[in-house]
Amino acid sequence: MRLLRLFPDDTKIPFMKWRKWSFLFSGIASVLCFVVLYTHGMNTGIDFQGGTLMEVQTKSGPADLEGIRNQLNGLGLGEVQVQSFGAADDVLIRIARQEGNDEAQAAVVSRVQALLGDKVDYRRTEMVGPRVSGELAQNGILGIISALALIMIYVWFRFEWQYSLGAVIATLHDVVLTIGFFAVSQVEFNLSSIAAILTIVGYSLNDTVVVYDRIREMRRKYKRLNLVVLLDLAINQTLTRTTNTALTTLIALSALVIFGGEVIRSFTASMLFGVVIGTYSSIFIAAPVLIFLDPQLAGDKSAKKVEDDSDEAAEPA
Amino acid sequence: MLYFSRWKVTAILLTIFVALVVLIPNYLSSDQIKSYWPSWLPGRQIVLGLDLQGGVYLLYQVDVTDYKQKRLKALEGDIRQAMRDEPRIGYTGLGVQGDVVQLKIRDADKFDEAGKRLRNLLNPLSTAALGGAAVSEFQLDQGSDGLMRLGFSPTGLDKRLGTVVQQSIEVIRRRVDQMGAVEPSIQRQGSDRILVEAPGEKDPARLKNIIGRTAQMTFHLVDLNVSPDEAAKGNLPPGEILLKQKEAGGIPMVVDETPLMSGEDLTDAQTSFQSQTNEPVVSFRLSTSGARKFAQVTTDNVGRLFAIVLDDEIISAPRINEPITQGSGQISGHFTVETANDLAVLLRAGALPAKLSVAEERTVGPGLGADSIAAGERAAMIGTVAVVIFMLAAYGLFGVFANVALLVNLILIMAIITILQATLTLPGIAGIVLTMGMAVDSNVLIYERIREEQRLGRSPVSAIDAGFRRAFGTILDANITTLIAAIVLFQMGSGPVKGFAVTHVIGIVTTMFTAITFTRLVVATWVRYRRPSVVPL
Repeated sequence: MRLLRLFPDDTKIPFMKWRKWSFLFSGIASVLCFVVLYTHGMNTGIDFQGGTLMEVQTKSGPADLEGIRNQLNGLGLGEVQVQSFGAADDVLIRIARQEGNDEAQAAVVSRVQALLGDKVDYRRTEMVGPRVSGELAQNGILGIISALALIMIYVWFRFEWQYSLGAVIATLHDVVLTIGFFAVSQVEFNLSSIAAILTIVGYSLNDTVVVYDRIREMRRKYKRLNLVVLLDLAINQTLTRTTNTALTTLIALSALVIFGGEVIRSFTASMLFGVVIGTYSSIFIAAPVLIFLDPQLAGDKSAKKVEDDSDEAAEPA
Repeated sequence: MLYFSRWKVTAILLTIFVALVVLIPNYLSSDQIKSYWPSWLPGRQIVLGLDLQGGVYLLYQVDVTDYKQKRLKALEGDIRQAMRDEPRIGYTGLGVQGDVVQLKIRDADKFDEAGKRLRNLLNPLSTAALGGAAVSEFQLDQGSDGLMRLGFSPTGLDKRLGTVVQQSIEVIRRRVDQMGAVEPSIQRQGSDRILVEAPGEKDPARLKNIIGRTAQMTFHLVDLNVSPDEAAKGNLPPGEILLKQKEAGGIPMVVDETPLMSGEDLTDAQTSFQSQTNEPVVSFRLSTSGARKFAQVTTDNVGRLFAIVLDDEIISAPRINEPITQGSGQISGHFTVETANDLAVLLRAGALPAKLSVAEERTVGPGLGADSIAAGERAAMIGTVAVVIFMLAAYGLFGVFANVALLVNLILIMAIITILQATLTLPGIAGIVLTMGMAVDSNVLIYERIREEQRLGRSPVSAIDAGFRRAFGTILDANITTLIAAIVLFQMGSGPVKGFAVTHVIGIVTTMFTAITFTRLVVATWVRYRRPSVVPL
């Protein structure tokens, strides 16, 4: 049986030659992400904004969105969003945070239930008070920062600081682009989105570390090889692994996006996006960034002598 | 690398066997487990999260401002009492001012005596011991001009709040137990919050109503000499307050501020039916001291109305027709059987020490939960099958090995979730599916490495050996970085997100285990029996 190979053996794709373009592309994309984030903002869900979310299903036939909207507006609860959710009889109601005390906030659910009565099935209700939503947002940001810091320390210990910095730059790039994805697509940004970002951080680093691992190995083997040539070689050698792993992960994630249901779609869709970006960044950002961070190896001969000696000392094997 | 001692092989196979045994109860009903499953075997089933089985997640916050006001009001009463003790101490301007109770002592020669009496009210919460300073609830600020201010001491308030949260949890637990509903978990969260999770709860509105009520019940004498209209304009006699009625169109009544007695004097409350009208009522029984007090009051006030007040709302205001001496009575208030039951539950369980407000609420109906399980299962099935097909196409026989490892991985993940009783949520299922996709990474790393080594001219055995050895370091580094991100997520996450972190962490660990033990064992066995001249990669 002939096995499926996406790339022939011994590919010699000159990835490093393209680094100008990939840096330019990523730079522009990152700036655009910030611009869109600034102009359009994110569609932050109630987790971070406070407010009420209800998913209801009509018991007879497709839902009359306009009717429900008019009814709800009669309650005077401020901004109310009514939209279809997955199926024609499934409706998602979002009500903005109530001014004033917690009690007004807590009463929203029962007031909507009193209004819509038994005509609908209450599939899900979520209410987040203002205090909690602030904390959730804070925890989320803290989580992403601490994950990045911890990973940076680990990579620093296992590799060298240049790799650690390179890995964090590549990962930050992924985080920025994923946030841009939320801003552009206006997919709801909630607690599970933070989880998605952390997963992307984990995946992207996993990918980057595999490439770095190969670079480190080759540096020990071919001490006098030009860094650009060496990086190309390392990426080409790990190319099949990188793409195969990305593919199996994407296959699994696609199944989740298509069949996993509406509730976690923003979670799974953003992860799908992140895995593609994470794969791209390990090849086109994480590796070429080393050229800038590791000048000793990029051709500075005086530095290289020292590097050689220390390498010998550090690796008696 | 390819040699396995006999005990290692046994250990690997035993682990998988144990995992399989642990999984079996998940396919049995709880009755079957009780009657057929041997009790010495683990009989645990996977715990489904609220989003999968439906249920309620309620985060309550102790209303600190309300609690402080109540405590200060009580302190004000105590101060008045203390100054009235013989010999009386004259004062002016006693009242609650923001966060303190203040008063001014008239005579300069009574300052010391007043200070002494006030210090008795500071309510020590712990004594100085083992290097810790003594903590009192209040602190006294004594001015030289006779101005006395009593306010909370910072540590004292924290300590009190701790007690309040603890007491609230006990009260909530009693209430919920009495409801006879599904068993919710009730936990303290942070310094002033309580988390109630009730999986499978079908009537979240009722649960909320039972938990969130302060249920402070008091009896007050009604003053019919002052008209409510006059009172509403502000012409309230001192020591009296205006309260709304629950029925009768919410018309307010003027009542004594100091209650005759309170819910603490009750020993029991039950739903019963009034003999004439057959209307549901709540009958209560008073403690011995409560009964004595009640007998005294009803004897002194025959003919007057007394208001039964629940959380500042008058439920009913019956007339005292004759002295009530037997220590029991009835509350009627146009109840339905359910509302009467709920009130009885609240009275039996006692009042909350402070007002609670809902800070966060998440409810999932059983319909959505079932749909989510179905969607999760379908996605997991299709995702896994697709990955399996890809691995077969890309690696042939070694793809089969990888797929068997994937199956073992899945079994281990589910078994660990079962043993740890970790909660499985919909994002948790997503975590498993993601693991399925990422788990083959270790195999891919190893296989690509073997391929490379073989192409460099090594013999099959040596290539396989080198492949596993060289890939190992990479697998370790790659997985530990992923693990760090997943653990951070576990630390900060709650509810469904935590569920994702749990399966993700477990998945990474089992992936490393299967890659470096099970896959290696399978490949080693294959090499031993086939003695291949070429590795088919």
